[in-house]
Amino acid sequence: MNSAGSIVQFENVGLRYGTGSETLSDLSFSLRSGGFYFLTGPSGAGKTSLLKLLYLAQRPSRGLIRLFGEDIVTMPRKRLPGFRRRIGVVFQDFRLVPHLSAFDNIALPLRVAGVEERDLQTPVSEMLQWVGLADRSSARPATLSGGEQQRVAIARAVIARPELLVADEPTGNVDPDMALRLLHLFDALNKLGTTVVVATHDVHLFARVQRAEMLRLDRGQLSDPTGALRNPPRRIDA
Amino acid sequence: MKLGTDHFGAAGKRLLPEGRLSGPMPWVIAIMMFLTVLAAAFGLGLRSAAANLDASVGHRITVQIVEANPDARERQARAAVAALQRLPGVVSARRVSDEDLAELIEPWLGSGVAQADVPIPAMIDADLTPELHAEIASVSSAVAAAAPSARVDDNAQWLAPLAQLVGALKWLSIALVVLMVGATAATVVLAARAALDTHRSTIEVLHLMGATDVQVARLFQRRIALDALFGSLVGLVAAFGVLLLIGRRVRELGSELLGSAQLPDHAWVILLALPVAGVLLAMLVARLTILRALARLL
Repeated sequence: MNSAGSIVQFENVGLRYGTGSETLSDLSFSLRSGGFYFLTGPSGAGKTSLLKLLYLAQRPSRGLIRLFGEDIVTMPRKRLPGFRRRIGVVFQDFRLVPHLSAFDNIALPLRVAGVEERDLQTPVSEMLQWVGLADRSSARPATLSGGEQQRVAIARAVIARPELLVADEPTGNVDPDMALRLLHLFDALNKLGTTVVVATHDVHLFARVQRAEMLRLDRGQLSDPTGALRNPPRRIDA
Repeated sequence: MKLGTDHFGAAGKRLLPEGRLSGPMPWVIAIMMFLTVLAAAFGLGLRSAAANLDASVGHRITVQIVEANPDARERQARAAVAALQRLPGVVSARRVSDEDLAELIEPWLGSGVAQADVPIPAMIDADLTPELHAEIASVSSAVAAAAPSARVDDNAQWLAPLAQLVGALKWLSIALVVLMVGATAATVVLAARAALDTHRSTIEVLHLMGATDVQVARLFQRRIALDALFGSLVGLVAAFGVLLLIGRRVRELGSELLGSAQLPDHAWVILLALPVAGVLLAMLVARLTILRALARLL
């Protein structure tokens, strides 16, 4: 695969918090546009840190990251919001806005993008239906179960049809049936062209998506047990 | 889907859920506005008083003919009035009447004192143009030539200390207003920082969804503007109440000096504009504080 088909490219990326040792070291890989990736590894391997780099919550300490074909390491800060709007994120701790209803939480990315109120109702209602929460539209997060909150978080992440979906343990708080439904939801989104990266401990999920590839992190470095990292990035200017 | 303006729509009001009057900021702003309006009214009143004094007696001289002989006094008084009226730049020159003089000395000598018993100087009030007032020595010379017993008193000389006091108080009121503006701005900075801390998690989520700094800042601006508007109006109403009360008391005193410190119409307009300025200041300070804080995020 050449870099033209990549949505994400990492080259010798390292991440260090403060003055400690590197949390992520020498990461070099690329993610194909439209691909479906599972990111696995033991606790503390650096999965969440890698996802933070992907959804632009963090800049690397070293190395090159290209996202949507642009170098985001040196990108001016004012350009980042435009890139973030192309990324959907499912946080491990959901991060729902506690004072907003399920409807308003899901609508938030559209409102951030400036979609007018009259254009919100249909897509948000459809999304609530899709995650099985049509009857909890006006419920606030505190009144929702963990699984329901997770589904709201997922609906919020995908409502704006992101080009890249990053999910951190999205099935961690739901029962197996719901986990499977959510996975099908990601799969459907992926078939529509969204690149999906799912960090999970549950290696059984990997078998549920035929086209999925696996990235395995261990102590901040990538191993390649499935051959998913067979496409090292090339320099664009080469 | 159609893209709208750079806001959060109906949910924007609920993103920062605390009620408008939940914190101390509106009340602190109310106190600041109350003191600001009073200080400004004080300054504007003094400015008006200074202008009134200056316009009424600031360029006035009083000529006294200190002559024991009544005939000579009368003759010199007429000559002095005539000499003054001949001078270009004398707006008016009039002899103070015997009745007015009797009224002036009544508190000291009692009523019914005849001119023959006590030789009272003849007095002439003359209003000069500012240009002629600047050359008062030439006026004195002309009067002295016509009336050798004449003594010219410049009213501005005894008004000067009062004018200096009024000037100092005016500057004091301006300094108070500036201090209040600074304190209000500092209050808003603290309130904005506290609001940022309270809503940090919501801000981070919005930030990661691609909300711009301006979008986030607008949420806080709106809330702080509402708080500032409430506080400003409360402060304004309270201050106006105090001003009306003071005005009534001054009128009851009947003092000409205090009465000259009345607020002109344009001063009321300035005072009414203060809450608007307060809200705009609060919004601007909040915006700058929030944008500065957000700039520290990636």
